Amino acid sequence: MLDSRDQEAPARAFLKLSAVRKTYPGVVALAGFDMLVGPGEVIGLVGENGAGKSTLMKILGGVTVPDSGTIEIDGAPYAGLSVGGSMKAGIAFVHQELNLFDNLDVAANVYIGREPRRGGVLNLVDEKQMRADVLPYLKRLGANFAPNTPVAKLSLAQQQMVEIAKALSVNARLVILDEPTSSLPLAETDKLLEVIAGLKAEGIAVIFISHRLHEIERASDRVLVLRDGVLVGELKKAEIDHDRMVKLMIGRDLKVAYAAPKLDKGEVVLAARGIRTAAYPTRDVGLELHAGEILGLAGLVGSGRTELARVLFGVDPLYAGTVTLNGEPVTLRNASDAVARGIFLVPEDRKGEGILLDLPISENISLPDLDAYARSGLVSPALERVQAERSRSELGIKAPTVMTRTGSLSGGNQQKVVLAKWLAMRPKVLIFDEPTRGIDVGAKAEIYRLMRGLADAGVAVLMISSDMEEVIGVSDRIAVMHEGRISGLLGRAEFSEENVLRLAVGKPLAKAG
Amino acid sequence: MNKKDLGLLALIVVVGFVVYLRNPAFLGPQNLANTANLIGLFGLFAIGQGFVIITGGIELSAGSMIALLGVLFVDLVGAKGVPWPIAFAIVMVLGLALGLAHGLLITKLKMQPFVVTLCGLLIYRGVARGYTADATAGFPFGSEYPGLDFFVARIGGIPVSVYVLAVVAVIAWFTLHRSVFGRYLFAIGKNEEAARFSGIRTDVVVTSAYVICAGLTALAAIFFAMYTRSVQPSSQGNFYELYAIAAAVLGGFSLRGGEGSIVGVILGTILLQELQNLVNLLGIPSSLNFAVMGGVILIGVLVDQQWGVFRARRRIAEAARSSEEFSPKPGE
Repeated sequence: MLDSRDQEAPARAFLKLSAVRKTYPGVVALAGFDMLVGPGEVIGLVGENGAGKSTLMKILGGVTVPDSGTIEIDGAPYAGLSVGGSMKAGIAFVHQELNLFDNLDVAANVYIGREPRRGGVLNLVDEKQMRADVLPYLKRLGANFAPNTPVAKLSLAQQQMVEIAKALSVNARLVILDEPTSSLPLAETDKLLEVIAGLKAEGIAVIFISHRLHEIERASDRVLVLRDGVLVGELKKAEIDHDRMVKLMIGRDLKVAYAAPKLDKGEVVLAARGIRTAAYPTRDVGLELHAGEILGLAGLVGSGRTELARVLFGVDPLYAGTVTLNGEPVTLRNASDAVARGIFLVPEDRKGEGILLDLPISENISLPDLDAYARSGLVSPALERVQAERSRSELGIKAPTVMTRTGSLSGGNQQKVVLAKWLAMRPKVLIFDEPTRGIDVGAKAEIYRLMRGLADAGVAVLMISSDMEEVIGVSDRIAVMHEGRISGLLGRAEFSEENVLRLAVGKPLAKAG
Repeated sequence: MNKKDLGLLALIVVVGFVVYLRNPAFLGPQNLANTANLIGLFGLFAIGQGFVIITGGIELSAGSMIALLGVLFVDLVGAKGVPWPIAFAIVMVLGLALGLAHGLLITKLKMQPFVVTLCGLLIYRGVARGYTADATAGFPFGSEYPGLDFFVARIGGIPVSVYVLAVVAVIAWFTLHRSVFGRYLFAIGKNEEAARFSGIRTDVVVTSAYVICAGLTALAAIFFAMYTRSVQPSSQGNFYELYAIAAAVLGGFSLRGGEGSIVGVILGTILLQELQNLVNLLGIPSSLNFAVMGGVILIGVLVDQQWGVFRARRRIAEAARSSEEFSPKPGE
């Protein structure tokens, strides 16, 4: 553990956080965090999902107030910031998802809500003034587009420049870039790094949050590593190094007991070859899924994992490639085709795609196979209840009755209902997309146990997960995706958070040893 | 019957009783039979509208369809000399085809139901008027069509349309409330994505709803044509789609989809026809007809919703009171 005394203090700090703590029910998001940011300093902030980065950002943006600790901006102390207070103090955000109006032009976006007016009865917007005002900011950023360009015509990196110009126009002293490069192609990333250097030269501080560690490496003067709400490391310019950052980010004990597979994996059940999805139409992705195994599919958000799952389940069109099931080529035009062949998906968006919140448990379970619960076309609620009771006891769904509205259950129990509807139908292939997101630890362990039970019964299980602990704990093999491709396959012996992270950011594995 | 339906039924009885006190002719056999016939005609395509609304869609072209198909039917039989069963079959097939077109535009080409059926409303009305050059389509003077009298006949004093509605309603009830298909309709109305991710062919189910709606509308169109004997293409069926939508809303359908019942939409139709009848029987100027209907629908839906809000608040308040001893200590 480090505290602020260990941080190399800049000559005159612009921002100083001392012992900032924030807890949510059951979770310590930030446990006494200290940070100093000097003018013109570029700070890289790294950590896994859930490490506390977004809580920290919310506090700096004035969206949430810390439970304790102090924030000092230019020497003035704050117990907590408001959204307006944060802006006034000179903190500006550029979010991963840009907040631009793509039906307006550049100047209108920069001055949205504070447009210069012409006065008079109509008090119209002074477009000319606005465009003239924006020009110097665009010049400072080295932008090559005019103030009257519609935002819809700009590339992503150019749109980010518009956001940064907006920050400059309010005299921001600290610009926080949250995952700015995750959706940028390489060439545009270089441009963004130049812009960051430009800000630094003007004395504006930058906090740069990214999963792409080599960009952190290139841009930062100092790197802070967060894990479980605690600052676990600080790297000075000379010490910044990819492997060091990874080591600091990982290295927890696994808390859940994972069952080992009973059997060796069987024959290939599902094979996908040369699949092209709408997200990466120029990249081929393929994988082989064996009976009785759990194949973990790791990778960063946006690497194309969910898109692959949606193609295999038939809900997204297959632009190229083939899918074979038990050696036979299959055509999956819609989810109905996939379900008919025993390929099921437990989707990431449980409430939007997994279950019907307004329906009782029993009707959710019977929905995909309703004909089996019907006599001459009429649904038999009695048959539905029999199956629902069976599922309830097999999966341990905690609910007053099987007629309970599914929306009133906890996340874990809702997920069990999703699982129950597929288990009632003899799955051959079961695809889980983020199976335990938003689920508490106890229910997590039960879901893992059910997954292992399925694999042991010969089902081929594909598990997409961004939870490193889960990927390593549950999987028999891990496939890692990077920008629309499988960047590597890991056998049990090669499992490590470092290896997964390296493949996820597109780096080769470290030499054996 | 749920509580909502019972409330609607009570309203129908109370309004009927008041009208009867003011004008006993309300319960006279002639008035009853006439009103029942109208309920039969409007009920048919209101049920169809219900199938569409359950999926979260809307069918705005019903009135124009009734004009176009009515003109065609009368013209085929009266002017072209086509035997009526064949004309009947042609009109029904055409109606089903229009429904199929609406369904495919909505599901396959992802157009919004409001837009598709609004265009239908304009197109069918225009085609109906163009087809006869705005002239009234009628049967030649003095001609007799023994078979067609069936559509306006009475059996045991009750109009045939009422029997047809009864049969259609029973089938529709089983379809919507008991069948696999009906369950799919509700599921799609509640959450189309989740239904799709459960392997339901949502495009097929939604398209079927529009086909059913158009089929029932085509059947109603023939009944209306025989009821009026001649079809004036610029006025036949004007605003009828709104009667159907209003009946469904009064009967507890949500325009967001996923909620509604066959009993409800029929009770809604009955109430609307009763209100029309009330305007006539109580000597209210018939020009105020729409104002009365609009007012009752507005008040009815408002009272129903506010009652629901009131009950929900009371439930929460009671729960809050009864569980005071379990509340966390201050500061937690």
